[in-house]
Amino acid sequence: MAKDNKQKSFLERMGESQVWKSIIRSGVPHTRRQRMHAILGSVFLHLHPARLPKHAVKVGYTWCMGGLSFFLFVVLTITGILLMFYYRPTVEYAYTDIIDLTEQVPLGMMRELHRWGAHAMVLTVWLHMLRVFMTGSYKPPREFNWGVGVLLMTMTMFLSFTGYLLPWDQLAIWAVTVGTNMARAHPFIGHEGPGASLLAIGDINLVHMGSDVRFALLGGRFVGEATLLRFYVLHCIAVPFIMMIFLAVHFWRIRKDGGISGPL
Amino acid sequence: MIETFKSVIDTLSAPTVSFTLLTLLTPLIFPPTDWFDKLNRKLGIWRLWTKPGLWAGMGFITFFFIVGYFDPNFNITLTKPDNFPIVLMVYSMFFFIWLGMKKAYINDDRLAEGLKPEEYNDPDDKVLVWPDLVYIEFISLILFMVFLIVWSILVAAPLEEPANPASTPNPSKAPWYFLGLQEMLVYFDPWLAGIVFPMFIIFGMMAIPYIDTNPKGDGYYSFKERRIGIFIFMYGWLILWLFLIVIGTFFRGPNWNFFGPFEYWDPHKVVPLNNVNLSEYLWVKMLSTGLPTNIMLREFMGFLVVFAYMFVFPILLAKTWLKDLFEKIGPIRYTTLMLFGLSMFSLPIKMYLRWFFNLKYIIAIPEWFFNI
Repeated sequence: MAKDNKQKSFLERMGESQVWKSIIRSGVPHTRRQRMHAILGSVFLHLHPARLPKHAVKVGYTWCMGGLSFFLFVVLTITGILLMFYYRPTVEYAYTDIIDLTEQVPLGMMRELHRWGAHAMVLTVWLHMLRVFMTGSYKPPREFNWGVGVLLMTMTMFLSFTGYLLPWDQLAIWAVTVGTNMARAHPFIGHEGPGASLLAIGDINLVHMGSDVRFALLGGRFVGEATLLRFYVLHCIAVPFIMMIFLAVHFWRIRKDGGISGPL
Repeated sequence: MIETFKSVIDTLSAPTVSFTLLTLLTPLIFPPTDWFDKLNRKLGIWRLWTKPGLWAGMGFITFFFIVGYFDPNFNITLTKPDNFPIVLMVYSMFFFIWLGMKKAYINDDRLAEGLKPEEYNDPDDKVLVWPDLVYIEFISLILFMVFLIVWSILVAAPLEEPANPASTPNPSKAPWYFLGLQEMLVYFDPWLAGIVFPMFIIFGMMAIPYIDTNPKGDGYYSFKERRIGIFIFMYGWLILWLFLIVIGTFFRGPNWNFFGPFEYWDPHKVVPLNNVNLSEYLWVKMLSTGLPTNIMLREFMGFLVVFAYMFVFPILLAKTWLKDLFEKIGPIRYTTLMLFGLSMFSLPIKMYLRWFFNLKYIIAIPEWFFNI
């Protein structure tokens, strides 16, 4: 404090300015108190507690996979928003827009980042699950949060699957055709599923090719224009929206269930 | 030399062989009982979780992929851009299972000596998140982003010809993370492989913490304290999920026929389809009367088998072999465990019924789309 202004570094002087202190109230954290305040006072960092047991900050214990999964979710959201500027989900334009993306857009690497990021996220989520299993972290009081995690993993794979259709190339439509053909066989609500013929009034089948769960998913009898729009909306809005709610619950419950797991 | 290696791998990777080998290996690698544990020590399999084990495993995987890269047939599947994540998956899964098991064995030894697990620290001795955690997160985030950017620069995202509903590629494959389910389609109808089993996987995984009442091993890596749980999980996760993905990606060619990784994908490969239903075994082959017209009579044997497997078998187990477990966890947990557990093990059972007896369906009622 007694230091002369000339001896202070630029960073130190910046940290004491009114502008900086209005944004980051703790200033440049030097003391223990300021460092705790830096975590508690930040809307983003306060996901963390201010202090943690030593094992919790070791990469060997956490593998960092949960954090990387969330990081990838953010990367995919940002690159996804950028892609939405260029992409139109119609049979007429989808494929050519993708080609435009690579050939016309400067630094056109967003699709690569988005696609490989999506594959990587499936892997990081699986590895996160493996870590949580191997450390027995699903045991009480964290049973519920494990369940939320299983749903988040399912959503990750569904997000990846819906995104698979959007380039509208051979790979896309046939992978999605293979995948959605399963819905035909859904018991009771798929037209080729067991029990579907029971849902009938007299001779009129309620569940047929034009009314079953596959029709609802595809918006038609085969993978076409309506499917592309449906998958686009699911991929860009519906599933991320639900996922963000579950993510909030997941993070909140980590703290409320006693923070990261560890030996007693 | 290399050609011998290739033909050995081709033979070994046939699902009948590879799946059997892995099924037999799983209890040796993750020994669920003392008997398996002794065998594991005797054969030296525990050395897999030491540094030489890591290098041996990584070396074998790398050798396999390098030979594959220079093989004209395997190269085609291996270098498909969308298959690169699976190469990554094979490496990362092996490495992280190795890491987890290595730590588990260290902790097992410590616990046997009466020490606390390695992760244990004095609860009063905490570290500050700023800077101790924040900078680790920051560095791993930067490194991961660099990795992702390099990957994106080197490998272009796949884009094939424009969609053409009139031309179906052969084979048509789902995205790689669903190929385990698509592989299941060989043995089960879509209503099971595509709908019921995926739901069972999701709900079964959510049920794990409620079924596993073992309070030990919470918050640190350990194996011995939770060996049965880890064994069952690893069998389902490694063999029935990840390995089926590998089969579906690398070993399934045109018409979903099996091809060894170094084999040419011949679209005209002829595979005899002589699968027989259980009802045909009973009425046609054994009784020589022809199939009865009444559906329930025709399939009563299949219903009996499925009913016995799903409902009678667990009751018998609860009275005999699993008596202690049943008394410990109670009827509701036991029923849940049996529902998901028996469904999981029905997949390998159905596989072997198919391979040994050419059994197509246990219950075959195509009239109602109800085939098991």
